[in-house]
Amino acid sequence: MSLTATAKAGPPSPAGTGPGPDDGRAATLRRTWRKASPYAYIAPFFTLFLAFGLFPLLYTAFVSLYRVELQTSGEMEWRGIANYTALFTDEYFWISLRNTFTIGVLSTVPQLAMALGLAHLLNYKLRGRTFIRTAILLPYATSVAAATLVFAQLFGRDFGLINYAIGLVGLDPVDWQTGTVASQIAVSSIVVWRWTGYNALIYLAGMQSIPHELYEAAEMDGASRWRQFIHVTLPGLRPTIIFTVIISTIGATQLFGEPLLFEGSISGGISHQYQTLGLYMYEQGWGFFHLGRAAAIAWVMFVLIVVLVGANALIARRRARKEAGR
Amino acid sequence: MPIARAAKRATARLGAVVLAGALLAACGSSDSPDSADGAGGKVTLTVDLFGSFGFKEAGLYEEYEKLNPGVKIKQSDTQDEADYWKSLQTRLAGGGGLADVQGVEVGRIASVTQQQSDKFQDLKEFGADRLKGEFAEAKWSAATTKDGKILGLGTDVGPEAMCYRTDLFEQAGLPTDREELAKRWATWDGYLELGKEYKKKAPAKSAWLDSVGSLYGIMIGQEEERYYDASGELIYDRNPAVKEAWDTSVEAAEAGLSAKLDQWSPQWNQAFSAGSFATIPCPAWMLGYVKGQAGDGGKGKWDIAKLPGGAGNWGGSYLSIPRAAKHKKEAYALIKWLTAPEQQAKVFQKQGNFPSSTGAIETIADAKDEYFSGAPIGRIFGDAAKESPVQVLGVHDQNVMQQITNALSEVERKGVSSDKAWQTARKGVDNVIG
Repeated sequence: MSLTATAKAGPPSPAGTGPGPDDGRAATLRRTWRKASPYAYIAPFFTLFLAFGLFPLLYTAFVSLYRVELQTSGEMEWRGIANYTALFTDEYFWISLRNTFTIGVLSTVPQLAMALGLAHLLNYKLRGRTFIRTAILLPYATSVAAATLVFAQLFGRDFGLINYAIGLVGLDPVDWQTGTVASQIAVSSIVVWRWTGYNALIYLAGMQSIPHELYEAAEMDGASRWRQFIHVTLPGLRPTIIFTVIISTIGATQLFGEPLLFEGSISGGISHQYQTLGLYMYEQGWGFFHLGRAAAIAWVMFVLIVVLVGANALIARRRARKEAGR
Repeated sequence: MPIARAAKRATARLGAVVLAGALLAACGSSDSPDSADGAGGKVTLTVDLFGSFGFKEAGLYEEYEKLNPGVKIKQSDTQDEADYWKSLQTRLAGGGGLADVQGVEVGRIASVTQQQSDKFQDLKEFGADRLKGEFAEAKWSAATTKDGKILGLGTDVGPEAMCYRTDLFEQAGLPTDREELAKRWATWDGYLELGKEYKKKAPAKSAWLDSVGSLYGIMIGQEEERYYDASGELIYDRNPAVKEAWDTSVEAAEAGLSAKLDQWSPQWNQAFSAGSFATIPCPAWMLGYVKGQAGDGGKGKWDIAKLPGGAGNWGGSYLSIPRAAKHKKEAYALIKWLTAPEQQAKVFQKQGNFPSSTGAIETIADAKDEYFSGAPIGRIFGDAAKESPVQVLGVHDQNVMQQITNALSEVERKGVSSDKAWQTARKGVDNVIG
């Protein structure tokens, strides 16, 4: 607005002959503005990104080369890559890496499979469709803390509802907190519960963009619903599925709230049996106050996510090319 | 494609809303002046504590507000001290979000005096040195730095005893009289023997002991030197006292005497009222915790006897004022009042937290607790306080303890061998010290 105003009230041309050159200047200004304005519009995001995204990222890298303790954060002591070498020789790092992977698989795979099935069902004409669609999003709207605390009660060893139910069938109670597999299943179940509906809605949106004629054609050819799902829905959904896989991979790598609150233990159980990388970082940083080491873990996680997402994208592209070549 | 266009427009609008929200959030974070804090108006003092200090329960805040009409007190409370300490450290490092009064556990006080003396207010500036004579000597000196700064006023100490459920003892055919029990479990071996006897005839789903972590904690409290020696060197690894407490705890775990609970976990809390265990080692401050968790239903079912193996001290706390506190002067007036003998005595009567003020100790010698079957808590804890050793405190006391009890849980809950668990504990401690 101010730019146009200046343009209109621009100084009179020295020759004072006519509006010609003045119009030219206004046009130039307008053209510049048209070119520059997109940058102005996106500037707020990038300013925020620089301040809260890029700067912390770089500063974390800087801190990871020092010995910094939260209690005496003013004193920094150069360590070089010692924080990283200490990390790679720490047994608990590898345990938490493995846990992150197993919990990631235990939660992502059933989550996406169930979401796909749910979306497929919701794609049919159902009574109260909108209600059901909203309802499946509810777990996602619940806070991690609330959900996890409820699940921790359900999975309680002595007074938990799940062990009670197991007891009714005549089985021995399971110590959901202590067992490695049991605790990882319990933590994964919270993730599955929270995110299945969210993914189902994304799949549903993807399904609705698949042209209806394809289904009609398939039906004419005598394809059953299952075959339609396999041969029409899944190929049509491929980009959506790749998107959710990438998002879930990132989410699984950063998994933190559920394992932390499950037992209230920063070491992920007494033997680190469900400690994820995120929790391991938190334990080093805010349990033991070793900020330098925590920063090193953060960077290792960052690189890990980049590699995972890159691998995902690569596989996806290669498959797409194969399809195209067929 | 009208639908696509509409979608695009909607997306753009959504984007604008999100962006506006982000900008507003970025601008709106500046401090809003607290209108209640104006000159001559009311001062709101914030008090941030952990566990159960018992000030609120004993009605002390109300009383103070009545005595000082210009002051309002707001307390926040974290159950688990480890969580509390974590958030306190984060806020100290950032310099924001600190309360006017912060509680400090005795296992952390060395960290405050040795590492963070610049982050806490020297109470001498308000004349705290005049209070020196009112407190137990060891309590006072632990909160004083080498150069004489006073960084906290003592609230309570943790003389130790053994709490037990008389109803469960009866059902298992054990004596319930506190004097007789004190004789039978004069040593820790006697305590374990009695536990094995209990196990034979115990009610279903009831163990002798809540967790071996508590057992270890109370035993280590009977020692003068634990994790550090007087010169400040870490000695937990070669200290025979630590080994003895460890071995006894392992024995209890392997004999199946514990309810396999984790202290401070939600399950542990639930077990108080469910009768999952018959005894719990209890420092004086545990009385308030038991009352809180077991509730009214537990009244009269509990009793207290002298601790096996002699007197000891576990825990106890301080009230400190961070440098970044808003109302330091008013905060000092409050903590001076809260830790004065009369108030400490009141907290003891109500919650059982044993006073660190020498004046208060004299006045409560005859106190009894109805909740605990009228046990003479003044005498039991008073004797323990007199006889308990003055402990050597170290910077990482609390963290070392946590790693060791964590490893003990592995023995207790997973059946890991003692040697292997000890390696875990050592690795954990190395990790903490970093």
